[in-house]
Amino acid sequence: MKTDVLVIGGGPAGMNAAIEAARAGASVTLVERQAHLGGQLVKQTHKFFGWAEKGAGTRGIQLAEEWSKAVEEHENITVMLSSEAIGLYDDGAWMIEKEGKLIPIYPKKVVIAVGAQEKTLPIENADIPGVYGAGAIQTMMHVYGVLPGEKYLIVGAGNIGVILAYQLAQAGAEVKAVVDVLPKLGGAYWVHVTKIRRMGIPLYMKHTVIEIKGTKWVEGATIAEIDEKFQPIPGTEKELDVDTIAISIGLSPLTDLMYQAGVELIWIPELGGLVPVHSENMRTNKPEIYVAGDASGIEEATTAALEGKIAGAVAAKDLGFDVNDEAIEEWKKELSQLRDAPLLERLRQGLHKLHEAAKERGLQ
Amino acid sequence: MLPVDGIPTKEDILAKAPPAERMKKGAVAMIECWQEIPCNPCVVSCPTGAITMEKLTAIPQIDFDKCIGCALCVAACPGLAIALVDGSKEDGDRVSIPYEFPLPEVGETVDCLNHEGRVVCEGTIEKVVHLPAVNKKDKTPIVTIKVPKGYALQVRFFKRR
Repeated sequence: MKTDVLVIGGGPAGMNAAIEAARAGASVTLVERQAHLGGQLVKQTHKFFGWAEKGAGTRGIQLAEEWSKAVEEHENITVMLSSEAIGLYDDGAWMIEKEGKLIPIYPKKVVIAVGAQEKTLPIENADIPGVYGAGAIQTMMHVYGVLPGEKYLIVGAGNIGVILAYQLAQAGAEVKAVVDVLPKLGGAYWVHVTKIRRMGIPLYMKHTVIEIKGTKWVEGATIAEIDEKFQPIPGTEKELDVDTIAISIGLSPLTDLMYQAGVELIWIPELGGLVPVHSENMRTNKPEIYVAGDASGIEEATTAALEGKIAGAVAAKDLGFDVNDEAIEEWKKELSQLRDAPLLERLRQGLHKLHEAAKERGLQ
Repeated sequence: MLPVDGIPTKEDILAKAPPAERMKKGAVAMIECWQEIPCNPCVVSCPTGAITMEKLTAIPQIDFDKCIGCALCVAACPGLAIALVDGSKEDGDRVSIPYEFPLPEVGETVDCLNHEGRVVCEGTIEKVVHLPAVNKKDKTPIVTIKVPKGYALQVRFFKRR
């Protein structure tokens, strides 16, 4: 199968990359591992921040619907669902596995927008039923209509942790505690935290989970206060009667495909760990490969969508299609405005390192 | 404290409160937006231009005299950070909040919670309306609770019995 642009990943970055490349006239194949488009937007029932003129106030789930409709209706885009990109072969084939069959795709350009994975907690019993990534619980609730437990402990008070607490309360579950090792709020927007505090959901900062009880499934947990060296302080233990533990201690980009394809990766903790070196135009050291969204560095859906637009348009432009350069510059401007918030200082430090690395390598 | 645990202090709250004189005249928006985040739906939703912002990441400023208490910003705010407060009635204050949970009945008695999630008083559900957010397809329920006089600045949620 041949295509001008192969987009891997059907989340906010991938959908927008596909739309913009197709708009420029390129033939696009979009592969998505799940049976539906939308990526992590399907978990985001809250209204998004941003410009009201550009859709702020819209919930993530509504954006997923709008963008998937635009993708599915575009005549230049072929969508392959339940399809996973598993590797790049020597003859230039990107191998897609769909329902047990292998389908080689020969694209001229590839946008990798595969997103991120949740970090796990290295603690005994973290592998028994009842311990989940926060995102897994959101998928169960929002995609499959299943509430995996009744009484929850959430580990990690970033945006995902506190939003999950709110969603669980909406679903009628009881959130016994949200804990975080930091002495004060880190990446969470305060308004997302105030929402759960006024409902009476307990938040324990400078605390961590020290024991997960149970053998066949979760039967409780113990949390404790920690000192400056992140060690539990004896005597501060609290027993929690919970049947489910949600881990939301951060995300790291999914870089396996990039690594295999020879995209240069560098370690930038502020962006989630190993990230692909890329320019503002989302180009990498491999001239046929572009990146976008969380796979290129952890941020959020609004910035992922803008990066996707840039990657899709630039990929089409590099193939000789007619692309509106002003639009690309406008998206870059929007990105820098969104990243301008004081709260995002750490992110900006990470992006600075990334841009310096890209500059050193002469990436345009 | 907000930066530590997400609970505003009394000073934080008073800094956002409309003057007592204005509250006596009727419902007015109280914007509990604490951080400079890239967001402006409140500004765009306001029909009288009472809410302004220097740039996308600034904290919104409100001219309480221009505010007509229409609650459109309450429905528009993605952070659910705006409440209407009304001290004009003799029989009690009114607080209107966005509410994304199974809706209460008008007339229902509820326990009112403050910013810490602590029960501070009893309240009565007076009104439930659905107002459009910026995305017109999305209507957000706004619940008005009648609370005892003097409680408008503290009550920000309620618990059904």
